[in-house]
Amino acid sequence: MSEHVGENQALNVKNKRLVAKLFGAIVLMFGFGFALVPLYDVFCEITGINGRLVNNNQEQSTLVDKSRTVRLQFTTSVAPGMPWQFKPHVNYVDVHPGESKVVKFLASNQSDANVTGQAIPSVSPGVASLYLNKTECFCFQQQILKSGESIDMGLVFFVSTEIPADIKTLTLSYTLFNVTDPDSIQAVDLQAAL
Amino acid sequence: MRIKIIIIAVLGMISSVLSATPSNINMTRGVTDISHRVYDLHMTILIICCLIGVVVFGAMFYAIVKHRKSQGAVAAQFHESTKVEIIWTVIPFLILIGMAVPATKTLIEMEDNSKSDITIKVTGSQWKWHYEYFDQGFGFYSLLATPAEQFDNLDGKNTDVAKGEHYLLEVDKPLVLPIGKKIRFLVTADDVIHSWWVPAFAVKQDANPGFINEAWTIINEPGIYRGQCAELCGKDHGYMPVVVKAVTQDEYAVWLDEQKQSVIQAKKDAEQALASTLTMEESMTLGESLYITRCAACHQPNGAGIPGVFPALKNSPMILNDRAAHIDIVVNGKAGTAMQAFKGQLTAKEIAAIVTYERNAWGHDTGDVIQVSDVDAKGAK
Amino acid sequence: MSTLSTAQEHDEHHDHKPKGMMRWILTTNHKDIGSMYLIFSFAMFLIGGAMAMVIRAELYQPGLQIVEPNFFNQMTTVHGLIMVFGAVMPAFTGLANWLIPMMIGAPDMALPRMNNWSFWILPMAFAILLSSLFMEGGGPNFGWTFYAPLSTTYAPDSTALFVFSVHIMGISSILGAINVVVTIINMRAPGMTYMKMPLFVWTWLITAFLLIAVMPVLAATVTMVLTDKYFATSFFSAAGGGDPVLFQHIFWFFGHPEVYIMILPSFGIISAIVPAFSRKKLFGYSSMVYATASIALLSFIVWAHHMFTTGMPVAAELFFMYCTMLISVPTGVKVFNWVATMWRGSMTFETPMLFAIAFIVLFTIGGFSGLMLAITPADFQYHDTYFVVAHFHYVLVTGAIFSIMAAAYYWLPKWTGYMYDEKLGKLHFWASLISVNVLFFPMHFLGLAGMPRRVPDYALQFADFNQLVSLGGFAFGVSQLIFLVVVIKCARGGEKAPAKPWEGAEGLEWDMPSPAPYHSHTTPPEVK
Repeated sequence: MSEHVGENQALNVKNKRLVAKLFGAIVLMFGFGFALVPLYDVFCEITGINGRLVNNNQEQSTLVDKSRTVRLQFTTSVAPGMPWQFKPHVNYVDVHPGESKVVKFLASNQSDANVTGQAIPSVSPGVASLYLNKTECFCFQQQILKSGESIDMGLVFFVSTEIPADIKTLTLSYTLFNVTDPDSIQAVDLQAAL
Repeated sequence: MRIKIIIIAVLGMISSVLSATPSNINMTRGVTDISHRVYDLHMTILIICCLIGVVVFGAMFYAIVKHRKSQGAVAAQFHESTKVEIIWTVIPFLILIGMAVPATKTLIEMEDNSKSDITIKVTGSQWKWHYEYFDQGFGFYSLLATPAEQFDNLDGKNTDVAKGEHYLLEVDKPLVLPIGKKIRFLVTADDVIHSWWVPAFAVKQDANPGFINEAWTIINEPGIYRGQCAELCGKDHGYMPVVVKAVTQDEYAVWLDEQKQSVIQAKKDAEQALASTLTMEESMTLGESLYITRCAACHQPNGAGIPGVFPALKNSPMILNDRAAHIDIVVNGKAGTAMQAFKGQLTAKEIAAIVTYERNAWGHDTGDVIQVSDVDAKGAK
Repeated sequence: MSTLSTAQEHDEHHDHKPKGMMRWILTTNHKDIGSMYLIFSFAMFLIGGAMAMVIRAELYQPGLQIVEPNFFNQMTTVHGLIMVFGAVMPAFTGLANWLIPMMIGAPDMALPRMNNWSFWILPMAFAILLSSLFMEGGGPNFGWTFYAPLSTTYAPDSTALFVFSVHIMGISSILGAINVVVTIINMRAPGMTYMKMPLFVWTWLITAFLLIAVMPVLAATVTMVLTDKYFATSFFSAAGGGDPVLFQHIFWFFGHPEVYIMILPSFGIISAIVPAFSRKKLFGYSSMVYATASIALLSFIVWAHHMFTTGMPVAAELFFMYCTMLISVPTGVKVFNWVATMWRGSMTFETPMLFAIAFIVLFTIGGFSGLMLAITPADFQYHDTYFVVAHFHYVLVTGAIFSIMAAAYYWLPKWTGYMYDEKLGKLHFWASLISVNVLFFPMHFLGLAGMPRRVPDYALQFADFNQLVSLGGFAFGVSQLIFLVVVIKCARGGEKAPAKPWEGAEGLEWDMPSPAPYHSHTTPPEVK
């Protein structure tokens, strides 16, 4: 009898070791699920998936490629619950790659309250986002407009000279979201508390 | 020789059956070069699959008939053959390469969005489409035109209402496009994910809130083409049709002029409306009809809403006590909910009428008559 | 006497099983737990089926007749969740519990107490999920794929319950998978080398690793949905810098291997039944093992084929198209091997074999439509239509469910000690076979003609086929009640089953008497 008690214990230990390893794998995969979020951002940055704009270059480009022009179209959307008017002054601009341009967007708060807005950019075709460099943009930070206030918000950008020849039109879209709602204020408090 | 004849006969049968099928059991061939290529690709792969099926199932059913115990069959002993295994790994692989080549070519062409003539921005929201003619500076909403009594038969009252020919596939204002021009669609959404689909163009593009996607088409033939939202987008996902009217380029030019005229006219009307004073009676009539088409899907005709999903308007404290907030929520919507901004969808006069209706219907009787100027102050035109 | 297990040591204290309810609540016996899994799974199959009946009744004719659209969406959502997590997966876990120890010559599962827990939290999970349907605002209505932001910002108040129940289901599956892995790796009888294991054991081992790899990712996904909805994070909301498409990437990273979790054990079952009734050894055993492993590996790099219309760059679309097409190679190998096994065999056609043959044909049809869906340009037309609905029901109903039915008939004599009623079994088979094809085949046509999925109402040109589909659906639903009768009859008595009721059956389980004794191999069998 003592013989298989010993073997039982051996098996027990073996089982426990394997279970511990498998639990380790599970914790790892749970973490991996969350790690997919930053991994996705990196992936987008490399491939330009989804046109999430990443080149927030502060540097000016010096080279200008005068031999060709690229058209940059602008479009805006205002999310539900955002009491602002939000429009570009021009529908599009034609630029040489490397050349810096300024475009103004008109925003006006038509509500009775102060409202904080956040513009979210998106570029199509997605790959083109790799070549669009913004040196200054109202989308870099939240914008606060008092009741009834109107402002011109500026965007300074240049298109990289490395942009492939087959991309002739880029579309830059901004969606304006209302981020004043009490939920997000709560979230900030929560972070502060932590 | 015999096998060859059988193969040819089977091939002939399959292709004749498949090509003779009426349109309601097969993919539409569509009206664009791309949709034709997609259709051909679909048919090629379908036929290849059918052929593989005939061979594999043929062998299996031959065995089932011939190699049964009741027929006196004695089981053979073989159970391994590397040679055979390699053959039936390599052959499917080669077939796949044969499929991948045309698929790759078609796909690369489909994704070439460059050199477009016209840009249309398509925005999905619960549960309607908005089309903006990007270079022309105007746009409009396109709503389901099928009246509710044709589909709403939950209480059994509308059993006898006849359904129209284009039941659920008709809209008040179709997207009008010219033929023979490369049209680029910029697709996005206001709230949840929708998907803009016109089968005849082989265009299906998800509309993601906050992001834009691109698709394109060149329509070859004038006509009316119907599609639907393809991505589950909430309660009325099934009631969100897409209708495109393709016209000749001359007709398109005429239509564009008309639209621009009506935009100017609408501005004039808005100015007039701003100066005018609405009466209770006029507002209640207009408000009720608009409420039924625009608001009742969620808030219900009796204003009771759907508990836990869409709030009740009846006896709502906001309506009873806060006139300004009431106007604001209809004009600008509410972030993070299905309540959308109606400022671009309805005129200031229409919004005023709806608010008046909501403030006086269902026993509210606040007596308020909202004026166009009240709504205009919140940003609606 | 060399591998007396911990499990058996535990059971030795009470050699006679305890009586009454407590036997089932406290049991650590793999057969009891296996039976409970199977019964639970069948109950869920009926509940999920009842929801499918509601869906088909509403779709019987155009217009809204029976349920309003929001409730219709709850039905499609909960039907999907119940069938995936409540019917198919627990049925496979039940089969694993019953069969794996018997097949590898072990006395019980390696972790019997955990086994008890992994079963008993399942009814809790589904009680929570089903109760959410009765809450104000209703249960989950965003599809079983719960795409954000429909499942976050725009979701009903009950979403927290949905998240909680998915967490519990996930924990249950993970515990079950750990148990399977430890049992197979540590508890095999001497001489039972890996390449001698029955294919059911092999496919389950690979499935268990898939479960361990992806169920935690699902848990992470629903956690992010929870925090996005209730704690103002913005993983999937553009307003806060997130991306709704990210949700789909994470979900399908779980979702595609999940699809294989629901089909790999079927391959194992069919690989046991086809040789048994062909009275011939399985053709290409080792290639079957390699094919299963390569399908499992490929399943991790094909997820985005569910997302071709979300706006991916061409290069990504091509990559996922090629990888997806590649899966048909190992899958094809399996089908060819089964046919080669039947070739020049000596076949008889009892109910398990009938279901197995139907599986091969109908699953292959599902595979063909899967190959068609992989072709990206054509997928732009197929995506989110009834063509997709037809495809995954062929794979899951005539695939997974048919294989489970085949397994039930095949091993019922071993489980109960009695032969089932062959006439009723055949009736069940033919009724199911005909009705299931009337139910799902016309869906291909509906999808190709342009009917989107998840709609409560449709245009008039789809009316005829929908009526036919609904009739097939009702018939299929009723047919499954025959199965219930067969099982109850068989459990209560009948013709005594011999230890090996099937002439060509192979495997250690057939060396044991029928019904199998409460403790499996108390002395490890010799494996040649």
